[in-house]
Amino acid sequence: MSGEGRRGEASRNDVEEMREAPLLLRGGRVIDPRRGMDQTADVLIQDRRVSAVAPTLGTPDGARVRDVRGKVVVPGLIDVHVHLREPGNEDEETIATGARAAAAGGFTAVCAMPNTDPVTDNQAAVGFIVRQSLRAGFARVYPVGAISLGQKGDRLAEFGEMVGAGAVAVSDDGRPVASSHLMRTALEYARSFDIPVADHCEDPTLSAGGAMHEGLVATRLGLKGIPAAAEEIMVARDCLLAELTGGHVHLCHISARGSVELIRRAKERGARVSAEVTPHHLTLTDLACERFDTNAKMNPPLREAPDIAALRAALKEGVLDCIASDHAPHAYDEKEAAFDDAPFGVVGLETAFAVAHTELVQGGVLSLPQLIERMSAGAARAFNLPGGTLDPGAPADVAVLDVTARWTVDPASFHSKSRNTPFGGRELIGRAVLTIVNGRAVHDVLELPD
Amino acid sequence: MTTPALGKDLVGLEHLTAEQILLVLDTAEPFKEVSERPIKKVPALRGKTIVNLFFEASTRTRISFEFAEKRLSADTVNVTSTGSSVQKGETLVDTAKNLEAMRIDMVVIRHGASGAAQFLGDRIRSNVINAGDGKHEHPTQALLDLLTIRDRHGKIAGLKVCLVGDVLHSRVARSNVWGLLKLGAEVGVCGPRSLMPRGIEELGVRAFGRVEEAIEWADVLNVLRLQLERMEMGFIPSLREYYRVFGVTVERLARASRPLTIMHPGPMNRGVEIDSRVADGPHSVILDQVTNGVAVRMAVLYLLAGGKPELADAAKRGGADA
Repeated sequence: MSGEGRRGEASRNDVEEMREAPLLLRGGRVIDPRRGMDQTADVLIQDRRVSAVAPTLGTPDGARVRDVRGKVVVPGLIDVHVHLREPGNEDEETIATGARAAAAGGFTAVCAMPNTDPVTDNQAAVGFIVRQSLRAGFARVYPVGAISLGQKGDRLAEFGEMVGAGAVAVSDDGRPVASSHLMRTALEYARSFDIPVADHCEDPTLSAGGAMHEGLVATRLGLKGIPAAAEEIMVARDCLLAELTGGHVHLCHISARGSVELIRRAKERGARVSAEVTPHHLTLTDLACERFDTNAKMNPPLREAPDIAALRAALKEGVLDCIASDHAPHAYDEKEAAFDDAPFGVVGLETAFAVAHTELVQGGVLSLPQLIERMSAGAARAFNLPGGTLDPGAPADVAVLDVTARWTVDPASFHSKSRNTPFGGRELIGRAVLTIVNGRAVHDVLELPD
Repeated sequence: MTTPALGKDLVGLEHLTAEQILLVLDTAEPFKEVSERPIKKVPALRGKTIVNLFFEASTRTRISFEFAEKRLSADTVNVTSTGSSVQKGETLVDTAKNLEAMRIDMVVIRHGASGAAQFLGDRIRSNVINAGDGKHEHPTQALLDLLTIRDRHGKIAGLKVCLVGDVLHSRVARSNVWGLLKLGAEVGVCGPRSLMPRGIEELGVRAFGRVEEAIEWADVLNVLRLQLERMEMGFIPSLREYYRVFGVTVERLARASRPLTIMHPGPMNRGVEIDSRVADGPHSVILDQVTNGVAVRMAVLYLLAGGKPELADAAKRGGADA
């Protein structure tokens, strides 16, 4: 899992990039949670790496200086759960547009789920994603390979070859792993490559036909519900299998308060379990489905206020390791349908930080350094990724955030090809103004007026 | 075109006020008489075009709406369509746009997806009437049920009305719960727990696990149709057992301290949810419901088309135009 070179990042542009002028970020509030740093400092980027962080740095010859006073300089954000739709549904998103959207959201790395068409279940498919992301040159895109061939839940995919081609994890996300035997085997086999097995926890026999959370709102709307138990049963199973096998299970987009308790207990027992939570599950309830709003349709579904409270507490405590967007683009006309007929999923890369910052930091749940930890270092740790730190010598993946900027979510202005957000029209506080990947600015609105 | 009396569309009873519901019932009263005449026609909706858009099979509801429209002199077109779930969704957007382009006045929609009527109403200027959307609402059915209860008992407030059967999958039950609660009735639901929606009690209704308890409690039973596929989907073990445990039978009713009014939205499965002798018995108002259906639908069409409530009585005489 070490070194970016393994992920095939050496390119013809290297020589040119090596010659890029040093970049000095002057006077920002630097937060590096991994080192417990939160102070005003300069950050010097040289040769695609963070070369120094100190209260006052001299300006090296030829360095470009950016004034980031009043802004916050953090390790580039990392999202371990996105759907980029390429190959197969390039009308909804491509690796390039998804990686561009990620950069606009302050993300310097994202993990692309394998439910593409065809499924990313072999080394050639993994290599394609790596190549496309290098060609695009925005956020880093780490492929996640499928657990089973074609995500059919039957035969294991070739984890070893996929990891060799750049995969950082395996998952059948989008399709729950129904077979406990397959999950067990995957956890055991993945140990050889030290990668997590990420699971979308859902008992398909309980969720079949469901469109939203099973509760009073579903009863009123006449929609079939998905009970929290559909998730909790699989969370419990996966935790037990992690203990049985010694493998690392990563639990995707946890939505239910019962799941939180199961994860807490598994971690206390020492099981290798990590877990993520989305900005929408941290902030919205099933009431968002009122009037059959298909932009509030996602799987797992939005649940109830006590679930939000439990998820927030668990994120603060570290029972939930990181925030992931589960960015799931869909064409506008797919969502323009009756609730039952619309697909699950919402986009999130361009709103994730702002939603979390507005609701959790401004809302007094987390400190800003805690939020940054859960969106960078915590994510890197969960998936064993480089990045998530401003340690001198670390790759220069950096985000500069304006945590006072007020803006209104206008889906039409997204870099993503899709617009399916439940946060359209919301006023949010905070946004990325400069995103640097491998020493190069890939999103830069620092000098633009609000 | 829109009257503030009901709003643009009738999607359900959840968001109507008691006054609006009573207005429909009161407006239906004079329309009852139109259907008793040798010439069953008044000119209230002359020149209006109405599309009856049925994505699900329906005989009774569609015919009832069509009679209501014709007796109000509207021009009507019937469209029926079936297809897979996703095809329906796609068709719905395009259908909405096409209907709008044809400059029609009203749409009556029946669709298998909850929210379909709302979806259409949000996208076209014409009035939309929900004739049943998935498991969500069937407002005109509940309105005719309310009218029938009021005819029989002279009131609705204070009565105990119990919906018996597959409440989980029933849009009739949901609309009835809203309408009855708003008009001050006490509402019960009864059926196997596997056919009871989560959190139903939180709406303010009593849930009965045994039909004997419901019969002992209620003044009125509204017996819901049990779809045969519920057994195949594993919600209940068999129709035979369903009848034995939950069937509304003469024997069970005989044990009640007072006669209960028996209702059924139809079509009935005789010998499954209801005993034939009950359905055909002296306390059954099942055919009155059908008769009232036409009057209630005339009232809804009339009010949504901009008809003035106080003119309802005049309209039936053919004198005034809406």
